[in-house]
Amino acid sequence: MKLSADWIRDFVEISVDDRRLAEDLTNVGIGVEGIIGTGADTVFEVEIGTNRPDAMNHYGVSREAAAVYGVELKALAAFGSSAAAEAADSRGADDAALKRRSSTVALAARGSELPLLAKEARSGAPQTEHPPKTQQAAGFPITVEEPGLCPRFSARVIRGTRIVASPRKIAHRLALLDQRAISNAVDATNYVLWEMGKPTHVFDMDLLEGGRIVVRKARDGETLRTLDGVERKLSSEDLVVCDARKPVGLAGVMGGYDTMITEKTRNIVIESAWWDPGIVRRMSRRHGIHTDASHRFERGADFESTVVSCDLVARMILESGGGGLVGDVVDVVSRPMDQAPVVLRLSEVRRILGEGLDSGEIFQLLKRLGFTLVPEGQGGTQDEAQFRVHIPSWRLDVEREIDVIEEIARLHGYDKFENTLPAYSGAVVELPHAAMDAAFRARALALGYNEAMSLTFISHADAERFESCASFPSAAKAAAPLATGERSAEALRHPKSGSASAAKAAGKSAEMARLKSGPSRSVAGSELGASGFESGASRFAGGSGSGAFRSAAGLEAGASQLMRVLELENPLSEEASVMRTSLAPGMLDMLAWNLNRDVAEARLFEMGSVYGVADGSEDAHVEPRRACLGATAAAVRAALPVGNALDVSKDERAAAAEIFRGFKGDVENLLAAFSGEASYDRETAEYFHPGRSARVLVNGALVGQFGQIHPEVAAARKLRQDVFLAEFDLEALYGLGLRPVKFTPLGKYPAVERDFSFVFEDGIAFEKMRRAVVNLGIEELREFRPVEIFRGGTVAAAKYSVLLRVRFQSAERTLREDEVAQWSGKIVGALAGLGGAQRA
Amino acid sequence: MESVRTKLAYTVPKLTDYSAAALEKAAGECIAACGSEAAEVRSEAELKLFRDRWMARKNGILTQINDLWLKGAPKEAKREAGIRVNELKARITELVEGAHVAGEAGDSLASEQVDISLPGVRRPIGAEHPVMRTWREIVGVFQRLGYSVAEGPVVETDYYNFEALNFPPNHPARDTQDTLFIAGQQAKPQRERLLLRTHTSPVQIRTMEKMRPPIRIVIPGTVHRNDPPDASHSPMFHQIEGLAVDTNITFGDLKGTLDHAMKALFGSSVKTHFRPSFFPFTEPSAELYVTCFICGGSGKRGAEPCRPCKQTGWIEVLGCGMVDPNVFEFVKDNGYDPRTVSGFAFGMGVDRLALLKYGVDDLQLFFQGDVRFLGQFG
Repeated sequence: MKLSADWIRDFVEISVDDRRLAEDLTNVGIGVEGIIGTGADTVFEVEIGTNRPDAMNHYGVSREAAAVYGVELKALAAFGSSAAAEAADSRGADDAALKRRSSTVALAARGSELPLLAKEARSGAPQTEHPPKTQQAAGFPITVEEPGLCPRFSARVIRGTRIVASPRKIAHRLALLDQRAISNAVDATNYVLWEMGKPTHVFDMDLLEGGRIVVRKARDGETLRTLDGVERKLSSEDLVVCDARKPVGLAGVMGGYDTMITEKTRNIVIESAWWDPGIVRRMSRRHGIHTDASHRFERGADFESTVVSCDLVARMILESGGGGLVGDVVDVVSRPMDQAPVVLRLSEVRRILGEGLDSGEIFQLLKRLGFTLVPEGQGGTQDEAQFRVHIPSWRLDVEREIDVIEEIARLHGYDKFENTLPAYSGAVVELPHAAMDAAFRARALALGYNEAMSLTFISHADAERFESCASFPSAAKAAAPLATGERSAEALRHPKSGSASAAKAAGKSAEMARLKSGPSRSVAGSELGASGFESGASRFAGGSGSGAFRSAAGLEAGASQLMRVLELENPLSEEASVMRTSLAPGMLDMLAWNLNRDVAEARLFEMGSVYGVADGSEDAHVEPRRACLGATAAAVRAALPVGNALDVSKDERAAAAEIFRGFKGDVENLLAAFSGEASYDRETAEYFHPGRSARVLVNGALVGQFGQIHPEVAAARKLRQDVFLAEFDLEALYGLGLRPVKFTPLGKYPAVERDFSFVFEDGIAFEKMRRAVVNLGIEELREFRPVEIFRGGTVAAAKYSVLLRVRFQSAERTLREDEVAQWSGKIVGALAGLGGAQRA
Repeated sequence: MESVRTKLAYTVPKLTDYSAAALEKAAGECIAACGSEAAEVRSEAELKLFRDRWMARKNGILTQINDLWLKGAPKEAKREAGIRVNELKARITELVEGAHVAGEAGDSLASEQVDISLPGVRRPIGAEHPVMRTWREIVGVFQRLGYSVAEGPVVETDYYNFEALNFPPNHPARDTQDTLFIAGQQAKPQRERLLLRTHTSPVQIRTMEKMRPPIRIVIPGTVHRNDPPDASHSPMFHQIEGLAVDTNITFGDLKGTLDHAMKALFGSSVKTHFRPSFFPFTEPSAELYVTCFICGGSGKRGAEPCRPCKQTGWIEVLGCGMVDPNVFEFVKDNGYDPRTVSGFAFGMGVDRLALLKYGVDDLQLFFQGDVRFLGQFG
């Protein structure tokens, strides 16, 4: 909002320069954000909180300045020749009668003499009888049918004036505020709005049919063309100013087009009312009109300003266009403003603001702001001292003791309060997932992935394409089987679990847990016995259930299988119209961003929530946490150890296998921070390459999926390279807990290694060999891993040769040659059982 | 071999003058000769020859020196000469043992040198996101002040985002929040309608519903506003909220706590400045400014005007205030009677602080995932 420094100085003697004035105002909450222009044309760019409509004008800011400098505030009529009612200054509204006064100003208009506004005695009883009210002035009856919504309506009539251009000074001042001059009458209302913050309206009286004004609710079906030329359909929820037949103004929002001032206008009705803030706001929103008037009315105008504003507008019109006033101001007060005084206790001031201010200082500070304080109670000690504080009519925001305390602090100056530090007797607790977040992040960073952040919105199309909530179960789904003991059913659906030897394998997997090193670790134990599962379940419940909001957000709602997307009511664009259901689209966009800028090697990760509504429950939206890793193929390839390839075949398949293994290594390194042994299957979402992607299960629960993105998806997003994604369900992963760090004694006795070279059918995956060997139950087996793979050459088609290495070691003794030979024989036998042919 | 011989010109002189100076000179010549012969060694054979010539027990140079200089010394000079000769022996032994095959064909280690100016092979190290880095710094400062971290949902109800924070329905203050709403909520009562939280403040209420006073919490989180993206706006950004409630919290405590926190974040020399402001959920409300950490409060960077602080020397960092009693009324039953407890709250935009802190000129850089940008924060 722009305010003229010169205009502010109309009402208060300020000795400091504009820059200092701006600073001093800012320090009491009238935020001057910028200063434009110089001299008399200096304009402040002011930011005023919604609670301070009283300061959204020059007089209001002058009032603040007067309080800051402790100087006198001039009456509003100071500008111009005559003294309009000092009523404008209702400072010291310390008694009810004063507050309810309506200043009536008469005007003598004789011939061509300059009409003067003269103050008239506040004669007679205040016009505050009960509604409904009709008053009549100059034969112009005004009826307020909605006294609750229009507690005060003031009006004046001018006859025989002419519509001309505004005087230069008026037009210039309006221009400084970027307000366009239109005509003397319209400009007068605008000028008064900017001068004292009170919106008014002028009608061409001759266009008001039936010679009367009625304030009422609109009737369904009525219409009103507003000043902006738009035909508005009205309803019974609208409050309108009407003539005898039709609405002529949308109360407090905008006047009507058909009764507006034109150059033909000779007779004018000036309206200045106080409208209920709620109805103005509702109408403003419903009709989509935000005006300077509605802005002020919906925040609360000064109840005592209706007559003064009416008079100021009248005087400006008469001064520029001539004519004369007819009769007195009409002031229909249907309901007095209820501004109850507030009790202010010194003890409360000190409880909130601390020590430092005595009652004398408090009295002075509030007095300067226009409050009237009456000491109350015994007041024997400072702590018992209290005041009855009367609130000035322009401060509708001050209603409570705390509001008054803020006024004290504000004018005193925040910086003058001493800085202190409070003592504290509570405990400090960490979020249950904080350590796991930190572990995951630290590993992702160490693996060379840059932390990234994508927007939380995605398009409808992406929400459908990346239905990760369906294909990659939500935390609620993952939690359900754990919580209800249905895991075995879940396990049966996985192709590699639920075999007849499950129980046996479970026992073995516990054994394999000791095999720490090498790739074999991560494929161990796809089935874990009941005890392990139980502990996993309880940890899961402890992990996320104690999150401050998770239960409230409905994460534990359980049984839901799918999530519906959360759509936005008012999205920024179609591309950002639903809440993300997956981190994948954002990650693909970020990778594409890099590739499109010739950055071929990009490695990114993001940790964040996805959003949805759990099906089966209307309201329970969930915000499970996920993590996503993304890497371009070039980045993965660049990080592969040189000369350490496993698959040494000279074909593309081998190269792809190596890159996949490179990316899988990163996934394994992340998983290694958490408890449980991972197993893998191929049941990934459709946007992954079906042959080069894997799902990760730990203790039978899904924790993630990863691999190369499907070439068609990559092509559709115009990705210039193959890219790899890994998605983690952090709710499930964190449910496992961090892997406890435990010391294992270093072996004192030498390890023995043996290599075996085999040729297998392509269909025999390494996992089968590993399981066959583990199932032999050789206690001294420490490691079993592939060392080299080769296809082609002398190896027959659809077969491959693999060099396997085992390592045996005992914690108790040096191994004997004969037992190593015996174990080797068993291993060779097991591998041959899979159809493998040992090579010499 | 003949050529080698010609180089081995040194012969042990007989000494007649046993003065210190003469001894010094003779020893010096001997060492110099040994050194230059050592440098001329070109093969293993020559090395053996060289070693024998100097060290052989039978008629090696050292043996000769022993015979010629020591045995021939006059009685009164014997002691001094002995010390000299021992020193000389040690030095010669050192030279002889240090000798190695040199020359164009030799000196193999020197020929193995690498270009140490070639760039090292750097394994990629990921960089923390600047916003997350700033986030953790801020949270860390308050954790060390005894604050626990709290969290809350991004998809919030009208009740927590507005109503319980003293934004009554239809209040103009709601307009300033540019709220993004979830679709399909019209059938619900207003307070249950879902929206994207516009600030982290709802977690104040959620936490106070669960925990009785005293509390000290710091609340980081994602928030959304209906702001189209540009260099200084984003529909998604991050806030960190703080709340302290106890029976004795004053406005001075708010000021002291934040003054301490700002010094911890931006350096002990920053000054803080509080200005009145308005937030529905605090009263009194304030905006906190710190002396511009770019220009140090001068408003200038050299001769240029300082842009981040608009030449004022001050940067607005957060909004704060004493918790409004109306807010406590919503959680009164859990021990938050506004007549007995008081508290303060504050909230700051992490992204904006990160922009300022690192001098980033476009907010959108934070959300593009450009590794050329992110890598700078490693």
